[in-house]
Amino acid sequence: MSATMTEDTPAKGVVGTRMLRREDPALLSGEARYVHDLVVPGALHMAVVRSPYAHARVTSVDVSGALGMPGVAAAFSGADLAGEWGSAMPCAWPVTADMQSPPHFPVALNEACYVGDAVAVVLAGSQAEAQDAAGAVAVVYEELPAAVDLEDAASDRVLAHSDLSSNRAYTWELTPDADAVTRAFDAAAVTVKERYVQQRLIPAAMEPRGVCVVPQPFGGEYLVYSATQIPHILRTMLGITAGVPEERIRVVAPSVGGGFGSKLDVYAEELLCLVLSRRLRKPVRWSEERSEAAQATIHGRGQVQEIELAADTDGRVQAVRVRLLADMGAYMQLVTPGVPLLGAFLYHGVYDVAAYSFTCTGVFTNKTPTDAYRGAGRPEATYAIERAMDALARKVGTDPAEVRRRNFIGADKFPYASAAGLLFDSGNYEGALDAALELVDYEGLREEQARRRGQGASKLLGVGLSSYVEMCGLAPSRVLASLNYVAGGWEAATVRMLPTGKVQVVTGATPHGQGHVTSWSMIIADKLGVSPEDVEVLHSDTAVSPLGLDTYGSRSLAVGGTAIALAADRLIDKARLLAAHRLEVAPEDLELSSGQFSVRGSPSSAMALGALAFEAFTAHDLPQGMEPNLEASATYDPTNFTFPFGTHVAVVEVDAETGKVDLVRYSAVDDCGNQINPLIVDGQVHGGIVQGVAQALFEEAVYDDDGNLLTTTFTDYLVPAASEVPSFSLGRTVTPSPSNPLGVKGIGEAGTIASTPAVVNAVVDALSHLGVVDIAMPVTPERVWRSIGAAAPGTGGGR
Amino acid sequence: MQVTVTVNGTTGSHDVETRMLLVHYLREVRGLTGTNVGCDTTSCGACTVLLNGESVKSCTMLAAQADGEEITTIEGMAAPDGTLHPIQEAFREHHGLQCGFCTPGMVMAIASFLKEHPDPTEAEVREGLEGNLCRCTGYHNIVQAALAVARAGELVS
Ligand code: FES
Ligand code: FES
Repeated sequence: MSATMTEDTPAKGVVGTRMLRREDPALLSGEARYVHDLVVPGALHMAVVRSPYAHARVTSVDVSGALGMPGVAAAFSGADLAGEWGSAMPCAWPVTADMQSPPHFPVALNEACYVGDAVAVVLAGSQAEAQDAAGAVAVVYEELPAAVDLEDAASDRVLAHSDLSSNRAYTWELTPDADAVTRAFDAAAVTVKERYVQQRLIPAAMEPRGVCVVPQPFGGEYLVYSATQIPHILRTMLGITAGVPEERIRVVAPSVGGGFGSKLDVYAEELLCLVLSRRLRKPVRWSEERSEAAQATIHGRGQVQEIELAADTDGRVQAVRVRLLADMGAYMQLVTPGVPLLGAFLYHGVYDVAAYSFTCTGVFTNKTPTDAYRGAGRPEATYAIERAMDALARKVGTDPAEVRRRNFIGADKFPYASAAGLLFDSGNYEGALDAALELVDYEGLREEQARRRGQGASKLLGVGLSSYVEMCGLAPSRVLASLNYVAGGWEAATVRMLPTGKVQVVTGATPHGQGHVTSWSMIIADKLGVSPEDVEVLHSDTAVSPLGLDTYGSRSLAVGGTAIALAADRLIDKARLLAAHRLEVAPEDLELSSGQFSVRGSPSSAMALGALAFEAFTAHDLPQGMEPNLEASATYDPTNFTFPFGTHVAVVEVDAETGKVDLVRYSAVDDCGNQINPLIVDGQVHGGIVQGVAQALFEEAVYDDDGNLLTTTFTDYLVPAASEVPSFSLGRTVTPSPSNPLGVKGIGEAGTIASTPAVVNAVVDALSHLGVVDIAMPVTPERVWRSIGAAAPGTGGGR
Repeated sequence: MQVTVTVNGTTGSHDVETRMLLVHYLREVRGLTGTNVGCDTTSCGACTVLLNGESVKSCTMLAAQADGEEITTIEGMAAPDGTLHPIQEAFREHHGLQCGFCTPGMVMAIASFLKEHPDPTEAEVREGLEGNLCRCTGYHNIVQAALAVARAGELVS
């Protein structure tokens, strides 16, 4: 990889090496099975009848027409299923005590609140038959006015739910010292006030969702296959919501084709397949179609942000004040209200700021519910501060790199207690900036930019910076409690050595593309001195791995990886006692190296872990009181978040005649602490960057004034293709995290968090000499062209 | 109607509905679920297979249109002993896949592309893959994998 100047973690064993992924052969050969691939004889296929109105009273639902259609086994309205529910659908994050959350049922009872809200279901022998029959369900709607635009909804001009008195769900504030903020703004020589719109995004994992519930014989459990990131959370929530005893639900996430937060939820269709399989005593399955996914799967982002900076004449920021409106959509899904809170502490970014104020109001609209989407809250925060820092640089007449440098939290200040109340674990922000500037030849780019401007070239060059920090490794359970989140943030693991010396690792983390099997076996290989190939990683099945809190928030390695490392340490502790017993020495006299305990000073006296595993299995001669077998478990609850950081630089060419933006170069220097596998880290950064670039340049879930989603297919919703993005040059600095024993931070979301503002800053930078200061996302050619015309009439572009 | 299709070297005759898409024929009738379905507007390329050696989106054609033709799916790429095809191997070597959902389609699209462009530039590879979407990898490593296969010149078609 010529483009990578990676500083790998020094490796003694396999950790830190670019080991190829163990997951790949099954995925590459077509052997991997996604939910849709499972063959389940006798399964009924479910089709969902969805509201075509953003807001309507459902006056009547008549399923009799569908019942007469070929292959149809059953059809139900919301009222028909009302008795099936133990409770309304779950929201695990009621951020304030007085938060409003209208009851949300898998099939609407008498009011449909977004286009796509379910109003009936049909079950048939095949998917095609079910879909055909869905068209024969007769629903009478009385259309109601819809609250579509976020700011309009916040005015309560139109109510999104007829039984709510306001669309405002909650207001959450974080202002540790209001006087300090006021003083800073009163005294500020320079202030910046910016307003940004975070458009709605459709997560668009390439595998749409799918569910298949198979009731087991003899009155046994329900086997739930779902394309989910969260089999453990799902099991608990399915139990509560469907009124099925939790222990009788087994959730399996087979191969899952990407999630990005969109499969971090408890969905109507999962609940419906479960209760319908209970009611009909047959397997029930549902496969989401892409255009259905656009409406029935959560959206991301959807905020209007106002950010203010108070600074001195040199551009040193004293205070940050933020007000948000956050679009909840029609209902609270699993963590909908909490998404803005995940960014709430980070609107001062990587800068040393003394005073801080954040307020967010969550607002209901008649649109698809929003929820966590890659980065969840942190991309929004990073976008606001990094755009505002460029605005500040323009205002004080300083280079964007320099204004950042002046404000960085110094490398000597860690652990750093932020004005927002976090303790940043470790960092060297200037180091990452320096490395990134060097990687792109920043000075050279500025010269080239000036040259093109001087020559009046039609292709203008723009350079955009984004220095970011994120909080991940979700999360310390006590902190989650203080934020009103109803669950914890620990992760569980078991490590066992089998009689043949092979190793089984059970993890509560749930991979869907991240390569956990590879990374976990690397950690264990080094701990136990085995080959990674001899490690079997068991996951994503609640019968095999009953305890876990799953995968999101870049938590798997920092929390789940730490749990397996701790479990391995406990296994080693036990093995040491056994080895001491067999070698007739004190445990302290043994040292472990490459899977072998040897007696200090007499290395010929030794026993391998594999042999000890066999001894522990036969249990013929164990120390007094020792239980057979070599197995240990650990549940790790972190004491702090981790704080990955870095600087990304985007280079764009903007055609001043047409407004076309080409992302021509992109460099990223990230610091995720120690790296287990830099190959996987690179991949996470690449994919993350493109997802953030997509928000900057291409993607938006567009609604019309009546609340119809206009971008339901990949022809309208522009997920970028290979031809629309460049290759990337990556660099890395390594600042281990003191938050966990592995020293790791997490890298799943960093690319997405950093790249959006880097790209938009680059476009604005290209046009800044024309007076352009902002362009709304996605930055389309038309918007660029219009903003050129508006900023500098007569220089080309529209007006 | 009756269709006779050779898939990965095995010829089979089946009675299918006239409206059945090739992708459903491959997945449901032939049991080859490696070919994925990622959209309903022929936009994503997850369903790409080879029709007489040329890539085609199997959601855009009917099973009936493949009557008498030869289809290769991802399951037909590795050698019978399981040795991965050079393109599959390059994907592994360059970490060109994460969740793997787009991967079968990507591999087939690249197989067809490289046959026509044995010595492509990076830009040509990117243009050539325009019809295949990946949400995980950011394409960087997919492009690297394709270029590596071309450089090695070991593609036997
Ligand atoms: S399934 Fe998307 S192009 Fe065929
Ligand atoms: S690897 Fe997941 S979509 Fe390409």
